[in-house]
Amino acid sequence: MSTSTSLPGAVQAGAPLLDPQGGIPNSPASRPGRTPDGKGHALTRTTRYKLGNVLVTLILSLGAVVMLGPLIWTFSTSLKTHDAIFALPPQWIPDPVVWENYLRVWSAGPLLSGIRNSLIVAGTVTVIGSLTSSIAAFAFAKMRMPFKNAVFLMLLAGLMIPFPTIMIPQFMVFAEIGWVDTLLPLIVPGLFGNIIMIFFLKQYLENVPDSIIEAAKLDGASYLQIFSRLIFPAIRPAMAAQFILWFMAVWNDYLAPIIYLNTPEKQTLQLVIASFNAQYASQTDYPLIMAASFIALLPVLIVFIIFQRQIIESVALTGGKG
Amino acid sequence: MSTTVLRTKPRRSRLHRREQQIALLFIAIPLIGFLLFTLYPLLYSVYASFTSWNGLAAPKFNGLDNYIKMWNDPYFLKSMWNTLFLMIGIPIGLVLSMALALGLNRKMRGITFFRTVYYVPVISSIAAIAIMWQWAYNGDFGLVNQVLDLVGIQGPNWLADKDTVKPALIIMATWKGLGYSMLLYLAALQSVPRYLYEAAALDGAGTWQQFRNITLPMVRPVTFFLVVTSIIGGSQIFIEINIMTPLGGPEFSSASIVWYIWRQAFNNLHMGYASAMSIVLGLIIFIVTVIQFRLNRRNQFSID
Repeated sequence: MSTSTSLPGAVQAGAPLLDPQGGIPNSPASRPGRTPDGKGHALTRTTRYKLGNVLVTLILSLGAVVMLGPLIWTFSTSLKTHDAIFALPPQWIPDPVVWENYLRVWSAGPLLSGIRNSLIVAGTVTVIGSLTSSIAAFAFAKMRMPFKNAVFLMLLAGLMIPFPTIMIPQFMVFAEIGWVDTLLPLIVPGLFGNIIMIFFLKQYLENVPDSIIEAAKLDGASYLQIFSRLIFPAIRPAMAAQFILWFMAVWNDYLAPIIYLNTPEKQTLQLVIASFNAQYASQTDYPLIMAASFIALLPVLIVFIIFQRQIIESVALTGGKG
Repeated sequence: MSTTVLRTKPRRSRLHRREQQIALLFIAIPLIGFLLFTLYPLLYSVYASFTSWNGLAAPKFNGLDNYIKMWNDPYFLKSMWNTLFLMIGIPIGLVLSMALALGLNRKMRGITFFRTVYYVPVISSIAAIAIMWQWAYNGDFGLVNQVLDLVGIQGPNWLADKDTVKPALIIMATWKGLGYSMLLYLAALQSVPRYLYEAAALDGAGTWQQFRNITLPMVRPVTFFLVVTSIIGGSQIFIEINIMTPLGGPEFSSASIVWYIWRQAFNNLHMGYASAMSIVLGLIIFIVTVIQFRLNRRNQFSID
C-alpha cells in the first residue's frame, strides 16, 4: 500500500506543472494523437494524476492544520479556566468550557473604547480617503494637465520612503499643534488619499473609453458630474476591493498608534490587546489575553470570509501589476 | 473661414485651461498630503540627522556626529544584523509558497477551501498574531513545545533563548506571509499559456526541465515583486519584536532596527540620533530597491 502511493508521489513533486495546464488527464479523447505511447500509458497517467491529487490534498491538509492550529489553540485557550491552561497533556477541547472570559474581558481593560477608536480611525480614513483617491485617479487617468505623469511618478516614488524614516518629524509637528494622544494624527494624513488606491483605480480607468467622457462633456456635464455619474459607478468594483484592503491595513496598524496614543481609553484596539498581553501575562491569565486577541481578530476575519472572493482576486491582481 | 478659426481657438484653449485647473484641484489633495506628511518630514529628518535634538529644545547642528556614533554603537550594529538575519525567512517563504501554489494549481477538489485557509493569517492583525505566538512559544505550556513533545522532542523556551528567538520569529513571519505569496504565485501560474508546456512535452522536456525553463521564468515578475516588497517590509519589522520581546530579547538578540530607532526616539528622546538611523534605513531600502529594479530589467532583456 505504501509503495503504491509513494511511487506516484515521487513523480508528483514536479508533475503538477504539466498536467493542470494541459488538462490532459481530463481529456483522454485528445490523448492518442499526442502521446504516441498508446492507450496503456494514458491510463497510468490519469491514475497517477489522481493519486497525485490525493497526496497533494494530504499535504495541503497538513499545512492547513499548521495554518489554523495556532488560531484554534487561541480560541481553545480563551475558553479555559486558569488551571486548565497548565493541564498536561494539553486539552484541545477545554474541560470545562468557560465562556466567562468573554464577559470578564470587557471590564478588564478598555476593549470597548479600543474597538470604537479603531472603527473611528479606519472608518473615517477609508471612506473619505477613498473619495479623494478616486477623484485624483480620475484626474490622473482622464484629464489633461501639464506634468501630470511627473506628479504621479513623484507620488509613487513616495511609497519607497519607509514610515520610520518620517515618523519622528511627523510626530514633532503633531506634538506642536497639540494632537498627540488624540486620534487626529492617525486620521488626518489618510484623508488626503492613498497612492496605492490611486494607482489601481487609474489602471482600471484606462479601460474606460475617453469617448464616453467627451460625449458627457459635450452634453454640458461638469467634471464633478462626470465623476459622480460616470466614473464612480464604473470604478466601484475596483474601489470596493481596495477599500476593504485599506480598511484592514488601518485596522491592523500598530506603529503609528503606539507613537501617538498614551491614555488607555484613547488607544486603538491593537494597542489595547498588546497592553492586555503585557498586563495579564505576569498573572498568567492567558484565557483573558486570548479572549481579547480573538475579539480583535474577529471583525477582520468576518469581513474576509464575506468578501474573500473580491479580496483574493484583487490581491492576485496586485502582484500581476507589480 | 478665418473668423471661425479665430473664434474657436481661444474657446478651446479656455476649455483646456479650465480642464487643467480642475484636474489640478482634483490631484491637489493627495499632492498636498504627500508634501505635508511625506516630503516635509523626510527633508526634516535629513536635517535632524545632523543635529543633537531631544525633541524639547531646538535641534543643535553637530555635523556628522550621529553617523559616526552609529558606526561605533554596538546596539545599532546588532539590531542591523538582527534585521538582516530575520530576512532568511524571505527565500524560505518563497520556496514554500511556490510549492503550495503548484499544489493548488491542480485540477482537484477543495482548492478554494485551502486558498482561504492559507490566507487567514495574512489578513489577521499582526498584534494579535504576535500575542498568540508568544503564548504558543511558551517554554512549558506553549503549543509549539506540546506538539514537539508528541514526537519526543523537548523544545526550548523559544523567546527567552538568544539562539532560538530569531528562528522563532522567522517561523512566525513565514507562517503569516505564506498565504500572500502563495496567492500571487497561483495567479501567475494560472496565466502561463498551456501551449508552452505542450510544446515542451513534445520536445521531450521532463517536468523538472519544464519547471526550470518555463514556469520559473514565467513567474519571475511575481518573484521580483515579492522579493522587493518582502525586503522593504522585512527591514521595517517592528510589531512582533515590540510585543513578543518588549526589551529587545535575550542579549538584544531580537531587536530590529526600527525597534531600536523607536526606542531611541521615543523612550530616550535621542531624536537626532534616531533620525540619522532612520535615514540610513531609508537609504538602504532605496538602494536595495534600485538594485532590484536594475537586475530585473537586465534579466528581462536576456529572456527576450
